[in-house]
Amino acid sequence: MHIPDGLIDGGTSLAGGAIATGGVALCLRRTKQLLDDRQVPMVGLTAAFVFAAQMINFPVAGGTSGHLLGGVLAAVLVGPWAGALAVTVVLIVQGFLFADGGLSALGLNVINMALVGALVGYAVFVAFRAVLPRTKGALVFASGISAALAPVMAAIVFTFEYAVGGNGAASVGAVGTAMIGVHVLIGVGEGVITAMTVSAVLATRPDLVNGAKPLRLAGAVQFDTPDAVGATS
Amino acid sequence: MSRRTGFRAFIAAGFLIALLLAFLVAPHASSSPDGLQKVTVDQGLGGHSGGGGLRDHGLSIGVAGVIGVTVVFGAAFGLSKIARASRSRTAPENVA
Repeated sequence: MHIPDGLIDGGTSLAGGAIATGGVALCLRRTKQLLDDRQVPMVGLTAAFVFAAQMINFPVAGGTSGHLLGGVLAAVLVGPWAGALAVTVVLIVQGFLFADGGLSALGLNVINMALVGALVGYAVFVAFRAVLPRTKGALVFASGISAALAPVMAAIVFTFEYAVGGNGAASVGAVGTAMIGVHVLIGVGEGVITAMTVSAVLATRPDLVNGAKPLRLAGAVQFDTPDAVGATS
Repeated sequence: MSRRTGFRAFIAAGFLIALLLAFLVAPHASSSPDGLQKVTVDQGLGGHSGGGGLRDHGLSIGVAGVIGVTVVFGAAFGLSKIARASRSRTAPENVA
């Protein structure tokens, strides 16, 4: 859901840029404090995978497609702060190198997909994880369902942005209904792709799933390789 | 798996998967407009339909995708490495 140039007016876009800058600065600070050395290549890989997955539009309904946004996936793998940075890098490269997403709308896109997607999406993930058993299956489920909600949340925030500064005669109600409706469908794809990817990483290198840390403490996953993130031996 | 995948092997395999997704799968992705594009078209907001920015280049989708995956990997790796490195210099345990 990359906002193109001209859809949202200049003032709102500028405000979005300021908010996004502040948000990204916070993510950088937190990443500096919290990121494990081992996670550095994983942040690169997560961003690369999200970029590739975003190229693969899947059909959702009459003449409409969707694609992975990737915020929750990134957050579950490398934590919310680095996850938001990973999605931000994807958006910046898309905007500058591939003219995907208006550059004037970059701030708003970062808000919707990186900050709302990864940070708020991660909060939803943590909430689900907290009430579910400490098993791999439950973790995958929590990832999937919070990922499914992320596009809907992003669509709601977009609708608010449109209400504040949208260029065009369409009513906020019409735009909001359409946007939220289609992103409920896109959320299904987001949830499935996220769950499958988290499941695959959990099966091979669970230590590289930041969101699985409580499972390690509960003994549900073994971090037994010498180079495992967070290995105690 | 009886033997865990080595870290470098895991990262390399994941990167290869991303490259293959971009090069082999993306060219066959749906060319219908995505949710936001469709809404802007339907609501008369001047949106254009069909595909994303990548498709407007002379490069094939697959080649553009491989370039993008590589650039994104490097940029995200570099950014987090810089963030991490800036912690080491100022961490209390590293100051005499």
